[in-house]
Formats: sequence, structure tokens, C-alpha cells
Amino acid sequence: MNEREVNEMKKLLKAAVAPVGKAESKRDLWPSMLRRLSDGETRVPWWDWVLLAGASLALWFFPVMVPALLYHL
Amino acid sequence: MELLEGFAAGDEEAFESLFRQYQDQVYRWVLRIVRNSAAAEDLTIETFWRVYRAHARFDAKKGNYAGWLRRIATNAALDHLRRTRREVPLPEDLPEEGRTALSAEQAELRQKISAALNELSPKLHVAAVLALIEEEPYERIGEALGISANAVKVRVFRAVRILRKQLADAGVQP
Repeated sequence: MNEREVNEMKKLLKAAVAPVGKAESKRDLWPSMLRRLSDGETRVPWWDWVLLAGASLALWFFPVMVPALLYHL
Repeated sequence: MELLEGFAAGDEEAFESLFRQYQDQVYRWVLRIVRNSAAAEDLTIETFWRVYRAHARFDAKKGNYAGWLRRIATNAALDHLRRTRREVPLPEDLPEEGRTALSAEQAELRQKISAALNELSPKLHVAAVLALIEEEPYERIGEALGISANAVKVRVFRAVRILRKQLADAGVQP
């Protein structure tokens, strides 16, 4: 493999696929960004689901914990 | 500099200003990799979402914000390529100035090249598209991929070797 082969491939690819150049997005992306930010803020992190699953399993296997939990709530 | 410090401290107005200032750069960079304008828009949002979440890790005094953005955008584009590999043909959304009427022969060649590029692994695909089609310098591609310029060169050589084989099998000689 040498530079000549790389240049040949470059020529071939550029003949078939034009470079992007100065393309710009056709719409303002900020409103979508704002939606994504507000969705992200309300999304529950995965580790919270892990904690919830762990607590549920603990209560399922050790139901005697339920009165103790209710007492502390 | 104030804007970057504000962003690093979590100021949303600073984030919006930086978004407006850099969104086209990020969009173009991602479009160069994924060659699809709708996907590039989604990935621009995804990039800035990752940037927003990582604001506390950005050092406004030392950091190169544009380079950091390109790195995050490249990772988002790589994730996209891994998800959609072999599903989407490569070069549909070319910019208007690059779009000309294709002869049947050219269309067939483009189809074969598209298929060959889609056979590359996402990492080789990114290096090949940025270096061979967009003619980005190896240093800049390396910065975006988190590897050295020499490692980019190795990836480009490997990609060219695979492309030559794929295209030769399809009856195309570079």
C-alpha cells in the first residue's frame, strides 16, 4: 500500500461522492435542543431504577421488612 | 472566554450562545461522516446534549472548545454508524451544489462505492470518509477520534486496502 494507491482511491471516491462543502442545517435546531433538555431533566436516571428494583426484590423475599418500612415512612 | 467559563459553570444562556455559534460547524462535521441531513440534525442535538451534560468536565482555561465538540460529535456519529450499519446507503443527502444528474454508469459506480464504504467498520469508515472524500488533515481527524495522526494514516491505509478489494470484486478498478 502506498500514497499513490491512496490518491487513486481518493480520486475515485470523490468522483462518486461530492464533499459536503459549506452545508448548513435548513432549520433552527435550538427549539429541538430545548425540548431535549427538558426531556432529559424529567428522565429518571438508570441507577434509580436499579435501586427501586433492588428494594422491590428485598420486600418480595423478606416481607417482614414491610411493617418496618411503613413505620419509617 | 467569559462565555466558556459561564458554560463550564452551568450557565444556560452561555450554553445557548455557544450552541448558536457552533451548531453549523457541528452539523457540517457530522454530515461529513453520516452523509444524511436528517441524521446530521439529530446528531447535532445529541452532541450538544452530551456537551451540556459534561459541562462540568470542560476546563475553560485550557480547553479547546471546538476540538472538544468535534470529539463528542465524532463519538455520537460513530454510535449512529454502529446502530445503522448496513441499513442505510451512504451518499443520499449531498449538498445542492454537489448534486448533478448522474448517468446510469455513474449511478452504478456510486452504488458500488456506497456498498463498499458500508462494508467498512465504523472506525475505518469515519477515517476513510474524512480523509479521502473530505480531505481533512490527519491531525484533525486524529484529534476528533482521540488517536494520533499516524494511527489515522494506518486506518486510512487499511480502509483503502479493503475498499480496493471490495471494488475489484464488484468489477471497479481504481
